[in-house]
Amino acid sequence: MDFGFSEEQNLLREQVSRFMTDACPLSVVRAQNGGFPDELWRQAADLGWLALIVPEAHGGLGLKWIDLAVVLEESGRGLSPLPILSQALAATAIGRCSGDDVKSEWLPQIATGDVVFGVGLYDDPTWIDPKGVGLEGGETLTGAKPFVSDATRATHLLLATRNRERLGLAIVDAGDVTLKAQPGIDRTKPFASVSLDRVKPLAAFAMSTADLAYLTDCGAVAVTLEAIGAAEATMALTTEYAKTRIQFDNPIGKYQGVKHRLADMFIDIESFKSLAYYAAWAVDDAPEELPRAASLAKAYAADAFARIGIDGVGLHGAIGFTAEYDAQLYLKRSKWVRSAFGDADYHYQRAAALGGL
Amino acid sequence: MDFDFTQEEQAFRAEVRDFLAENLPPPAERGRGFMSEWLQKVRDKRWVGFSWPEEYGGGAGSLTEQAILKEEMALARAPALGTSFMGLAWVGPGIIQYGTDEQKQRFIPDILDSKVNWCTGYSEPNHGSDLAAIQTKAERVGDHYVVNGQKIWTTGAPWADWIILLTRTEFEVERKHDGITCLLVPMDTPGIEVRPIENMAGDSNFAEVFFTDVQVPVENRLGEEGKGWAVTISALANERSSIGEVTQMFAKLESLKNLVRTTTRQGRPASDDPSVRRRIGEFEAKIAAMKYNGLRYLTKQLRGEPLSSETSVNKLHRASLEIEMDDFAVELTGLAGVQLPGGDEAVDGGRWARSSLGWPGVVIGGGTPNIQRNIIAERILGLPKD
Ligand SMILES: Cc1cc2nc3c(=O)[nH]c(=O)nc-3n(C[C@H](O)[C@H](O)[C@H](O)COP(=O)(O)OP(=O)(O)OC[C@H]3O[C@@H](n4cnc5c(N)ncnc54)[C@H](O)[C@@H]3O)c2cc1C
Repeated sequence: MDFGFSEEQNLLREQVSRFMTDACPLSVVRAQNGGFPDELWRQAADLGWLALIVPEAHGGLGLKWIDLAVVLEESGRGLSPLPILSQALAATAIGRCSGDDVKSEWLPQIATGDVVFGVGLYDDPTWIDPKGVGLEGGETLTGAKPFVSDATRATHLLLATRNRERLGLAIVDAGDVTLKAQPGIDRTKPFASVSLDRVKPLAAFAMSTADLAYLTDCGAVAVTLEAIGAAEATMALTTEYAKTRIQFDNPIGKYQGVKHRLADMFIDIESFKSLAYYAAWAVDDAPEELPRAASLAKAYAADAFARIGIDGVGLHGAIGFTAEYDAQLYLKRSKWVRSAFGDADYHYQRAAALGGL
Repeated sequence: MDFDFTQEEQAFRAEVRDFLAENLPPPAERGRGFMSEWLQKVRDKRWVGFSWPEEYGGGAGSLTEQAILKEEMALARAPALGTSFMGLAWVGPGIIQYGTDEQKQRFIPDILDSKVNWCTGYSEPNHGSDLAAIQTKAERVGDHYVVNGQKIWTTGAPWADWIILLTRTEFEVERKHDGITCLLVPMDTPGIEVRPIENMAGDSNFAEVFFTDVQVPVENRLGEEGKGWAVTISALANERSSIGEVTQMFAKLESLKNLVRTTTRQGRPASDDPSVRRRIGEFEAKIAAMKYNGLRYLTKQLRGEPLSSETSVNKLHRASLEIEMDDFAVELTGLAGVQLPGGDEAVDGGRWARSSLGWPGVVIGGGTPNIQRNIIAERILGLPKD
């Protein structure tokens, strides 16, 4: 048993952390509106982060989701606008569901960052119902995908389709569809609606219901990993403030109403962090454990981070409510995390079902 | 115990309902002149400042009648009875209680006629929860005070005509609550600078307000010099009774139920989901508790029994409901729920997403939940202060 990160993984963490502090601080994050600076995407690619989970045979580093976990966690800490999550999901989907020709064509480009993927799986806003995949598959695609993540700056889109009971995935050129950016609470997680009119996919392949569930679980784990960093950043910001903000002649952190809330934050983050690391490990090393592990991690994190987001603002008092102050950015992320890849209600009920109820 | 109203009270309720039936067209049918006509009509009924004494233009309504008026107005989703919100909520009552005759003549009619907007200059950068420690300085020079200092979070400052300002006239005091003086100041006085602050929802309703050698005539002092804390306390106590709010929250609960009825989760109506139903039940219990708490406190007042700080109970319920109801709606509807107004899939036009970013106004604005809990623990339960 070794439930800790390796030296390489720790170095990777430091690298991402330095990148976020030096190249992608919150001032840069705030300046984006549904996009990201090309320069940063280039750097992320050059540092190998987009190639991590791509097999060596296809130009990748052949590492696992638990390595990617480190990147996602540190990216989340700084609310990175880079669509690393969608890119990784595209790599995982193509690697798992498509044939060799599709893999050889697309995976190397994903690894180098030459293509940027937006992903649209569910058309149902709660992201949990396979029946909610509505776009009809075929030679050409006509219809709409209302919720496609990271689409506005993507070169390509990976879209789920259906033919009666059979699910599929299609890769389309982002230039072939009509995109409409949607205003969301969290601007660092851009969404667009996509409409297609006789669009010929560049590739199309089948996806089983089990594949879709696996990809959804990967997404849920990824979101939770990002949430670890984001929640820790909220806690750090609020703790620092509680040490320095004086009311009634004392730092507010001296009062138990503040102190205990911060301690609760720590308890929750520690806990969903452990659940998330285990789930990230399960993605590659114990896929049979993944559904339960992903559900427990995502459900715990969604509720806990929602509370942390609110208290992060609330414990600051009025200054936390201002646009200029960073606490609100994390609150907005927590609202997105709640809904992405299934909410806590769904995941807890699923855990109970998987647990034999 | 009797939850029925007396005959006179029922007659009053009928009067309000008749008035609303006649004078409140549905929103779609309200023309351009509607608002000014409405304000005039409710003014003529003396329902604006309904609790205020008749001699200053108020309606001299009893406590129960006030509650009935607020409830009926909220039930009908009527617009406000006046647009001088803070004037009506606490500046007017403060002036009636502490002002000179001359001040009452000068300020009250304009508040009742929605002619003058007030803002509240209490909080400072270093003193929010610990309000009594404020440092904005007012120095008496001849027949003026000269004010220097800074206020912050002043809601409405960008468009207010007047500010009710808490200053310190004495710095060497035993208790920080002493030496505070309340001044009424026109916002166009030289030396006042307003810098709006943007909030996380993208609005700029509150502001920093800077005072540099601002001259305020002594006759604009409200209450005695050094006794401004009492004025503040009474103003805070005058925060509107919760009855109208409760009605609005019941209305919001109905909207939430409609949302639940029309939302599908995993192929089934959300209204079939036991955990959803439980949440709805919890919301209703809290709102109903607020309602009956409010009626119990009203009864106490009617019997002339002193109210302690029980009202903090409702403030805390209100704060948690303010956060939870919007968040519940947003969570229930997933990615559609997080779309803001303008989004193709935005739920109910994005109203839930938008108001889920607005809670600090209620939750922090009127004293934070921690402070409300301290009030209950210390003033009611007699626990020592920390
Ligand atoms: C939308 C909005 C509108 C507002 N409008 C106005 C206005 O018009 N005029 C005006 O004067 N002010 C206004 N305010 C300011 C409001 O009154 C203050 O924000 C509030 O009193 C809290 O003060 P603060 O923001 O300085 O927070 P702080 O007092 O610094 O509090 C920070 C945190 O510490 C906690 N804390 C402080 N002391 C204790 C303690 N003893 N025990 C436990 N916890 C403690 C608080 O609960 C809070 O979570 C507004 C605020 C908001 C958010």
